[in-house]
Amino acid sequence: MSEKMASKAAAQGVTRRELLKGTAALTGAAVGSGVIGAPMIWAQNLKDVTLNQVGPSYSVIADIAEKASADLGFKIVPQTSETTQLMAKVVNQPETIDIADLEFWGLQKVYRSGNLQPVDITKIKMWGDITPLMRDGKSFDGSDMARQGTLPVKVLYTDSAESTEFAAAPTGLATAMPTIYNADTLGIRPDLVGREISSWVELFNPEFKGKTALVNIPSIGIMDAAMALEARGDLKYVDKGNMTKEEIDKTIDALIALKKDGQFRAFWSTFDESVNLMAAGEVVIQSMWSPAVTAVKSRNIPCVYQGLKEGYRGWGVGMGLMRHLEGIKLEAAYEYLNWYLTGWQGAFIARQGYYSSVPETAKANLSENERGYWYEGKAATEDIKDPYGNIMDKAGSSRDGGSFEQRMGNIACWNAVMDEDRYMIQRWNEFVSS
Amino acid sequence: MSGRSSPSGSRLAPYLQVAPLAFLMLTMVGIPLVTVVMLSFWEFDGIAVYPAFTWANYAEVLGSPVTLKLFLATLKYALLTLVATTVIGFTCSYFLVFHVRSLKLQIGLFLLCTIPFWTSNVIRMVSWIPFLGREGLFNSMLIQAGLIDRPLDILLYSDFAVVLTYIHLFTLFMIVPIFNSMAKIDSNLIEAARDAGATPAQILWNVIIPLSKTGIALGSIFVVTLVMGDFFVVRVMSGGQSASVVSAMKNNIDQLYYPVASAMAVLLVAVVLLMVTAILRVVDIRSELAR
Repeated sequence: MSEKMASKAAAQGVTRRELLKGTAALTGAAVGSGVIGAPMIWAQNLKDVTLNQVGPSYSVIADIAEKASADLGFKIVPQTSETTQLMAKVVNQPETIDIADLEFWGLQKVYRSGNLQPVDITKIKMWGDITPLMRDGKSFDGSDMARQGTLPVKVLYTDSAESTEFAAAPTGLATAMPTIYNADTLGIRPDLVGREISSWVELFNPEFKGKTALVNIPSIGIMDAAMALEARGDLKYVDKGNMTKEEIDKTIDALIALKKDGQFRAFWSTFDESVNLMAAGEVVIQSMWSPAVTAVKSRNIPCVYQGLKEGYRGWGVGMGLMRHLEGIKLEAAYEYLNWYLTGWQGAFIARQGYYSSVPETAKANLSENERGYWYEGKAATEDIKDPYGNIMDKAGSSRDGGSFEQRMGNIACWNAVMDEDRYMIQRWNEFVSS
Repeated sequence: MSGRSSPSGSRLAPYLQVAPLAFLMLTMVGIPLVTVVMLSFWEFDGIAVYPAFTWANYAEVLGSPVTLKLFLATLKYALLTLVATTVIGFTCSYFLVFHVRSLKLQIGLFLLCTIPFWTSNVIRMVSWIPFLGREGLFNSMLIQAGLIDRPLDILLYSDFAVVLTYIHLFTLFMIVPIFNSMAKIDSNLIEAARDAGATPAQILWNVIIPLSKTGIALGSIFVVTLVMGDFFVVRVMSGGQSASVVSAMKNNIDQLYYPVASAMAVLLVAVVLLMVTAILRVVDIRSELAR
C-alpha cells in the first residue's frame, strides 16, 4: 500500500518536474512523501516552509520574526495571543499553531493535552549554554532556586516522546526550549509616593488607600497579594504558587476586607490599562510588567520598577513544538529554535527589560553601554533606547533592582497554576464582585 | 412570487422566503446554543472536556454564593440603566414628536441622536476615562470652580461610571422604538382628550404612555439584553472592581473551565428569557405592532 502510494507520488513528481533531472525529481518526491531523508534536497525546499509562531505580545514580536525569516530563508509568521487564549488554542485548535510560546505555568497546564512534542535537546546546539536558572533550576552560586510556584525546571523535562507527564529530573527531552524570563515586582510613581519603598507590604499600606491596583489575572494577582500579606505578617505560606484551600480562603478574605476599605483603585487586565492607571496618577503603587514601566517612563513620567526586600515574582517563556510538526517543517522549527539562541533575539528582548536563556550571546549583541545597563547593573554612559529607538532612560541612570544576578537571584516565587485553581478562580470572582 | 410559479411552488414560497434567516439563526444561534447546553453537562479534568452527563457544573455554579451575588450585581446594573434610559428616551421622543412642529427639523434632530453611533462603542466608552479620572477634565473643572477641594474618586472606576456608560451607550436603543410608536399616535386622539377637558398630565398618563408602551417594551428588551450580556464595560469602567455574570464567565474561560462557564451561560440565558417573557406578558408587542 505504502509502496504503491510512494510510486504514485513519484510518478506525479516526475510529471510536475519535467524540466528537472529525473533522479532529482524522484528523490524530491520521495522526500516529500516522507519515505527517505536527504538534507541536500531540504535546503532547496526549506524556502517554502512557513511556521506559525503564536504567543504573547511580549514574546512573539514581528521584528524578531522578520529578522529570523531573513536570516533563515523560510518564513516565520508571528501571531500574538495572550497566554490564556493560547492555552485554549493549543488544546482545541493545535493545527493552527506550529510553535507555541508558552509561559511555564501555561505549559504546566496544557502539556498533558498531548498536543505538543518534546524538544530533542541534542538538536539544540547551545542547550549546554542555556542558563542554569532555566535548565537546572540552580541559582548563580549553584544553590537551588526558590521552588514556590512553577519553577521552570519543574515542567521543563519529560521522559518520552509520548509521555504527557513531567520528569522529576533533567532528561534529554524538553517540553519546551526556554527563551525569555524576568523578575517581576511592583511599579511605583516615586514623585507621588514621596518616600523610599522597600517592601511588598506597602501595596496594602493605608497610606495609599484608593491608589493601589492589582493585576486581574487571578493566578498572578493572588500571588502579588500573597507577597504583600506575607510581608504584613498575616500568614506564612507553604507555597504561594500552590496554596491550600485554607490559604486561599485566608488570602481572599483579607483581600475582600481591603477592598471594602477602599484600598484598591482598580484591577487591571491589559498592559495598556496598567500603563494608563500609572501615567494618569490614578494609582501610585501596583502590580506591573517591566515594559509597562518603560512605557510610562517614555512619556516622561517618573516610574520605578521597585525591587523589594522579600524578593521578586519570576516568570519565563518556553518555545514548544506542536505535535503535528514533522519532516522538513520540524527541521525548520529546530533551525529557528537554534537561531533564537544566537543572540540577536536576546539583545532585542533585553532592550525591553527581559533576559535571554543564553545570556552570553545576548550580551555579545548589545553595546557595552547597553550590556552594563541591562545586565550588569551599571549606570548608563549614554541614553538608553528601547527596541524601537525611543529614549527610555537618560545617561547616568541605572536599572531598577540592579544587575542580572541581583534581580534573578532574588526570586521568591514563580508564576504558577495551583492544584486548587478552580476553587481559587471561584473565590477570586467573589473578591472582584464583593 | 410571480405568476409563473406552479401552485406547489407558491406553497413553497413562504418557506423559501424564511429560509435564509432560518439558516442563519440555526447555524449562528441554534448550533452554538445547543453546544453550550451540551458542554454544561460534560465532565472535564482541568483542560479537556469529556462527553458525559453530570450535574457537577450546575452544582458548582448554583452552590456558590458568588453566583447569586453576580446575578444581583448584573440585575442592579440592568435596572438602573433601564430606568434612566426609559426616562431619557421617553422625554427625548416626546420632545421630538409633540414639540417639534416641522418634519424636517424632527428628522434632523433625530439624526443628531445617532451621531454618537458614528464611532465605535469602545471609543465612546473609553472617552469617559480621561473626562472622569482623578486628574480628569470634570474633576479639575470642579476644583477650579471651587466646588470641591479634593478630586471625587467616585466618578471613575465605580458603579457610577459603569451605569453612566451604559446609559450613554444604550439610550438610543430606547429612543428609536419609543419615537416610532409615539409618531404613530393619531393627533386627533390628543385633541379629543383636550376637548373633553383632560389636563396635560392626564393626556400624558392616559393617552400617550399607554400608546407608547410597545416602544418602551421593545426598548427595554434591547437594553436589558445588552446590559445582561456585557462584560467589557463593567471591566473597563469599574476598573475591574466590579464583576458581572459574563466577566466571571470570562475568568473561567481564560482558565479553560468551559463546562462551568457553559453552566453559567445557560443560567444567564434562562434569566434573560424570563425577563423578556415578563416584558412580553405586560405588553403584547405582536398585536400592538399589527395595529
